[in-house]
Amino acid sequence: MKDILSDLNKAFESRVRLGIMAILMVNDFADFNTLKDMLEVSDGNLASHISALEKLEYLSVEKKFVGKKTNTIYAATDAGRKAFKDHLDALERLIRGS
Amino acid sequence: MEKQLDHLKELSEIRNLMERSSRFISLSGLSGIAVGAVALLGSCVACWYLGFMPNEYSLIMHLYTTPNSVLMENLTFLATDAMFILVSAILLGIYFTNRNAKKKSINIWDRTTRRLLLNLAIPLAVGAVFCLILLQHGVLYLIAPATLIFYGLALVNASKYTLDDLKYLGYMEIGLGLLSAWFYGHGMIAWMIGFGVLHIVYGTVMYYKYER
Repeated sequence: MKDILSDLNKAFESRVRLGIMAILMVNDFADFNTLKDMLEVSDGNLASHISALEKLEYLSVEKKFVGKKTNTIYAATDAGRKAFKDHLDALERLIRGS
Repeated sequence: MEKQLDHLKELSEIRNLMERSSRFISLSGLSGIAVGAVALLGSCVACWYLGFMPNEYSLIMHLYTTPNSVLMENLTFLATDAMFILVSAILLGIYFTNRNAKKKSINIWDRTTRRLLLNLAIPLAVGAVFCLILLQHGVLYLIAPATLIFYGLALVNASKYTLDDLKYLGYMEIGLGLLSAWFYGHGMIAWMIGFGVLHIVYGTVMYYKYER
């Protein structure tokens, strides 16, 4: 039992972080406002979770210019995809196993 | 046990989020029913005006056997009727889908909407140009089958960005279009089945499957 629990990724303990990764798994990219609308969280809250995921190199950040405005675009990295999949597998085993 | 429920809830939340962020899921079955009803009504009005039975061999033959002065009048009426069907179908489709989105508290205009419309529009635009070319060459009897085929292709293409079931409606429209191209001359009845009956059947199935 202890083994399986350790497979759960600590980075995904937060609902917001898990949500960000879930959205980026099925979309090639997403911008800040899309993530905000989908997850229904505040700017500051979302920004801090994004930078945490960025530090882990689970997502990549790209700034684009739309006219004069900047639009920041996020995408999942390969490491992020793998971490997310492993986490889901662990969750599934937990539900099935007990 | 409680932990297990938590994990289950987490998984279903993830699933929901992935679905909601990548597909346009507010498409309402009622939209399909309304669009189909308008199409049937509109084509019945056309038949009634022309004094024409929908299963009669060819609408085009029927039009050309009428005197020239009446022909112009008939064509104007048909074009007006078609525009009326198109506009009311689009408005009703938007109305019911908007209502469904509100009920699910989903934003109706986001990236998934734009992607769905774009992917629907590409085959439709090609189909429209192709039909104009047919018109230009006077191959009128293939126009109805061509609209059905391209509409079906558009649905199959768009189904990747909305409810997956939409592709079955697409396949049926394509099949019907090919059939009516082979047995040409039954454009009117094929149209009534394709845009009327199939929409109503599809809309009803979707309504009972997802909205009840």
